[in-house]
Order: sequence, then C-alpha cells, then structure tokens
Amino acid sequence: MELVAPAGNLPSLKAAVDNGADAVYIGMRNDTNARHFPGLNFEESNLAKAVFYAHVAGAKVFLAINTYPQPQGWTRWTHAVDVAADAGFDALIVADMGVMEYAATHYPHLRLHLSVQASATNRHALELYQRQFGIRRAVLPRVLSLEQVTRLANNSPVDLEVFAFGSLCIMVEGRCQLSSYATGKSPNLSGACSPAEFVAWQSTASGLESRLNGLLMDRFPAGTVTGYPVICKGRFRAAESVYHVLEEPTSLNTLELLPLLAKAGIKAIKIEGRQRGTAYVAQVTRVWRAALDALHTQADAFTVRQDWMESLARISEGAQTTLGAYHRPWQ
Amino acid sequence: MPAMKISLGPVLYYWPRDTLFDFYAQVAGWPVDCIYLGETVCSKRRALRTSEWIDLAREISKSGKQVVLSTLTLIEAESELSTVARLCDNGDLLVEANDMAAVHLLNEKHLPFTTGPAINIYNSRSLNYLQRLGLIRWTPPVELPRTTLAEILKEADELGFGKRIETEIFAFGHMPLAYSARCFTARANNLPKDGCEFECLKYPDGLPVYTQDNQRLLTLNGIQSQSGQVLNLIPEWKDMQDLGVRLLRISPQSQHMQEIIEHTHAALRQGVTPDLSAFIEGDGCNGYWFGQAGHMQLESGRTTP
Repeated sequence: MELVAPAGNLPSLKAAVDNGADAVYIGMRNDTNARHFPGLNFEESNLAKAVFYAHVAGAKVFLAINTYPQPQGWTRWTHAVDVAADAGFDALIVADMGVMEYAATHYPHLRLHLSVQASATNRHALELYQRQFGIRRAVLPRVLSLEQVTRLANNSPVDLEVFAFGSLCIMVEGRCQLSSYATGKSPNLSGACSPAEFVAWQSTASGLESRLNGLLMDRFPAGTVTGYPVICKGRFRAAESVYHVLEEPTSLNTLELLPLLAKAGIKAIKIEGRQRGTAYVAQVTRVWRAALDALHTQADAFTVRQDWMESLARISEGAQTTLGAYHRPWQ
Repeated sequence: MPAMKISLGPVLYYWPRDTLFDFYAQVAGWPVDCIYLGETVCSKRRALRTSEWIDLAREISKSGKQVVLSTLTLIEAESELSTVARLCDNGDLLVEANDMAAVHLLNEKHLPFTTGPAINIYNSRSLNYLQRLGLIRWTPPVELPRTTLAEILKEADELGFGKRIETEIFAFGHMPLAYSARCFTARANNLPKDGCEFECLKYPDGLPVYTQDNQRLLTLNGIQSQSGQVLNLIPEWKDMQDLGVRLLRISPQSQHMQEIIEHTHAALRQGVTPDLSAFIEGDGCNGYWFGQAGHMQLESGRTTP
C-alpha cells in the first residue's frame, strides 16, 4: 500500500519524503484546492522544486486541483492543470467534471485521481468517472464502513485510496454546505471550511464562547479543552438536550485496520492535514511508514505498537481518536 | 419569455405510508406543473416500496402533470444501487439523478435525466458535459449565488447548449446542506443507525437544532442535515424568470402546503410578489442567493452584494 502524505509547504514536503512517504499531495496558493488558507500551499515558482525533491528521493507528487471552479475563476483552474502538466506531477487530484474534461483532452497522458470532494461512494459513480475521463484512482469519502470499503474494492473499476489518519469530516466530502450556511464560504465555493476570519472567542460568565460568523458554536467552562468552532463539532440543543449534535471533536485513526485495508486491496492510504505543521507531517509519516513496513514483514502477525498510538495521540486534534464510519456502530 | 412553472420536490422527511398517499391524492388537484417522487435520503425508509413509488408516479402522471422519479443521494450499498437501477429502468418516466451512479446508469441507457441540488455543478463546462450525457434540467446546489448562476447561463448560451436545458431553483423549504454516514436523528435519541427504530417518523418536518443561545441553527433529517431556517426565494421569481430559470421548486413540509402553492401560483399569474411569511416559522432565509451566508435573511430585490 502506498503512503500518501500531506504538505502545505516545502519544508513539510521534505519532511514527508524524508520520513518515508511514497507520495506527497500539495496544492497551489489559491482557491483551486480545498485547503485554501492564508500563508499555506505552494507558490507556482516553488512547484518545480517540490517535484524535483520528491522525484530525486523516488517519491511521487500529486497536485490537488480539487475544488469547483465558478465561471469568473475558470482560467485559474485550467492554468493549474497546465502548470501541473508542465512541472511533471505524477497525478492530479480533481473533483470537477469541467476540469477533468480539460485535463483529459489537453493532457491525455496525465494521470487523474478522483478527489474525495467528488463524493463518489459506489461503483457506478466510479465507472462514470473512469469511462468519461479515464481516472485511475479514487479517494473515498469518509462515510463507508469497512465492510462497504472491502466490497467496493472488490468490484471497483479503479484503484482506491482511503483516509487513514487526521481530522474527521463526518459529512460526505463535497456534499457539505454547513460552512457556507454559517459564513458564505465553503469547500466547494471557496476552497475552505469555516475560515478563521469568521471565528470569534469571547469570555462570558457562562464560560468561553466560540462563534462562527456570530453563531454560537460552543461554550467551554473554565479549564476544559476548547476546539475550533465548526458546525459539525459544535454543541447545540436538540430534543431537549445540549450535546455534540453531530460529532464530538475527535479525529480519525485507523492504525488497527491496516491489515484489513491491505487485505481488501486498498492501493493507498492517505494522511489528512495539509494545514498542519511540519512536525505533524514528519511524525505521522514516520509512524505510518513504520506500521506499513511492519505489516509488510510480519503479515498476519502484525500488531499495533503502543508507542505508535501514543505518538499519534500527541498530535491528534481533540483528545480522542475514532475509527469513524469504518466502524459501523459509530454511524 | 416562457411562464415560470412550479415544481413540488420529493418529500425529504419520513412520512408514513398513509400520509404519503393522502398527500399525493391532494397534490393531484394543486396548481403545480411538476412533481418529484421518491426517497432521496435514507434507504431504510420503506413507507413505499420502489414499485409502489413507480405506480404512484404513473397514477399521478395521468392528471397531466409532469412526474419525475427522484433517486437516493448517498449510495453506499449494492442494494441501494439496485433500487436506483430499478427506478432508472422504469420504462417511461423521467428520472432525477441525485448521485453520479444514477447519471451513469441513465447515460448507459441513453435516457434523458434531470439532476438535483446534490449534484455539484458550479460552472458551464461541467453543466455542458452532463448535458451531453443526457441532462435536460438541473437544480443548482443551494449555495450557488445568483451572480454565478447568471454567468453560467450566459456561458451556456455562448457555448450553444443553453436552449437544451432547463434551470430549476430550490426556492422554498428547509435546504438540504449535508449528508453523512451517521444518522443524527437516531443519535439524538441515543440509538445506533442499525437499530434506529425509525425515529424519523416522529419528526414530519425534521428535528430542530438550536444554538445554546436559542437561535434555530439546523434541522436534522436522518443522515441529512438541513438548514434551520426555511428558505424562501419565491419573492425573487421575476428576477429568476429574467435570468432564464424555468421552475421554482417547493420542498414539501407537513403544514400549509396547499396555501403556499396556491399563493405562489396566484402571484405568478398576477405578476406580483407573494407574501408567504404567514407559513414560515422564524425569519426565513435567502442569503445564498445574494452571495451571503445561507442563514441570513436579506431584503428582497437586493440583487448585488
């Protein structure tokens, strides 16, 4: 299985490569990718350097062009495809049909991966993208159970990549407009979820309040752990109770599922977190490299080492980790 | 300029079998031009079997209204794909694709189709691509601003396919905002999805969610999260008509449906702006249309942010 690591800048890309990533995925510094945060991602002039560093070390580099262009911005997306083809990226991660058509027409030899933002969760959807645009791999949304992933891997027309670790989207990626409902900005519209400019913190008599564009996301009594205010991790009132209506602030960790994912024929596992720092990228990549190597040599004798789990727990968002939708009772 | 039509969206909530039959018996007599039928949210809901949805659709189509079969949005299991395939194979009725799986099946059969708001079309190229695969009508994502829609439709004309498609706007009701593997209605009742006891039946208009300072935020509808506020874009209908929008979609709710549709119909005929505030709980919202946050309610007629 290929280990696909995130990088939000050149030092992170180097950290990923140096710590054993088989592939690194990055984005350009604009809204053509779904982590369009200030100060993050690659200037066009830095892309060649990124590709060179990875290729010299024998690693691949993918460019995420995985948001949905609107008419006014269309040429930014086609330009990103042109630049990627020129810079020698190993694959483009794409979500929009118009962008796929452009890439497939102009650069038929350029490998296309279907982004998780395209929300393909079943074989017929995958067949459509495979037949129309020749996509070679698809990243699955974090909504399928392990059993469903296994079944899909058995009859998928393309290779599958799944999320293994990182913050947890509990909604189908590409099909969530909670952020724009609160702020007007969303992954599909603007390449970002719940942007920081809409976040406000205020100390009140009932505790520290977090707001997203004025909407109260949570109240934290003194001394409790706070989380970034997004609707899916907020605490609200429903059916007469105040609780995490959608999900607790947990993150995904599937280390214990690794043998099953391998057995299912999953071709690549993906680490989330282009927005995280270089230390995160280095540490997560190192642990998952060690785990994949152990799986390779030990096969059925593979067990999750305690120090791996502790190492990952230290850099997880929120205090707890979960298997998410892979584990049916979570649903 | 062709007259604006009214469509009735699929029932997004879990209504019992008899409620559905009663509802559609009334709908046949209402001034709607097009009716979408079918389960789009959760395959565990089986008030009507797939064959019964198709029979009901055929029955209603005898009234002369256009009937479209709507398909499931989040498709994870083979059994769900089979249901979608059966709807696509119905033989005569138009199908609304809410996932690319349905687009694929319909395209393979060389059948025309419509797309619902969960199909991500944000530009004229992807719209054109789907049009060549068989799309004859689309309902844009609810977050798409008016200005972007105007650009897309202008480019559709320039690219020469504008006349071959119809645009429908999700114009009234709680907006579908997100889909998950998790069932939030079951979670609210401390039940797992696999043992949900069909809790959705208790909430004919979904389960309301409030912030801790009592603002209505969301509406839980099984695995679907909807807006807390009711979207009302009907007052924008003249502007929409000028843009080339052909249908206004009204999403079914358990109360006041007949009044909402009759008021809208009368306003369209008389060329006036309907006042639907009496049928909306809370402030309503229309922010997306004006390029703002979806929950906001802006003054009608404000067409540029």
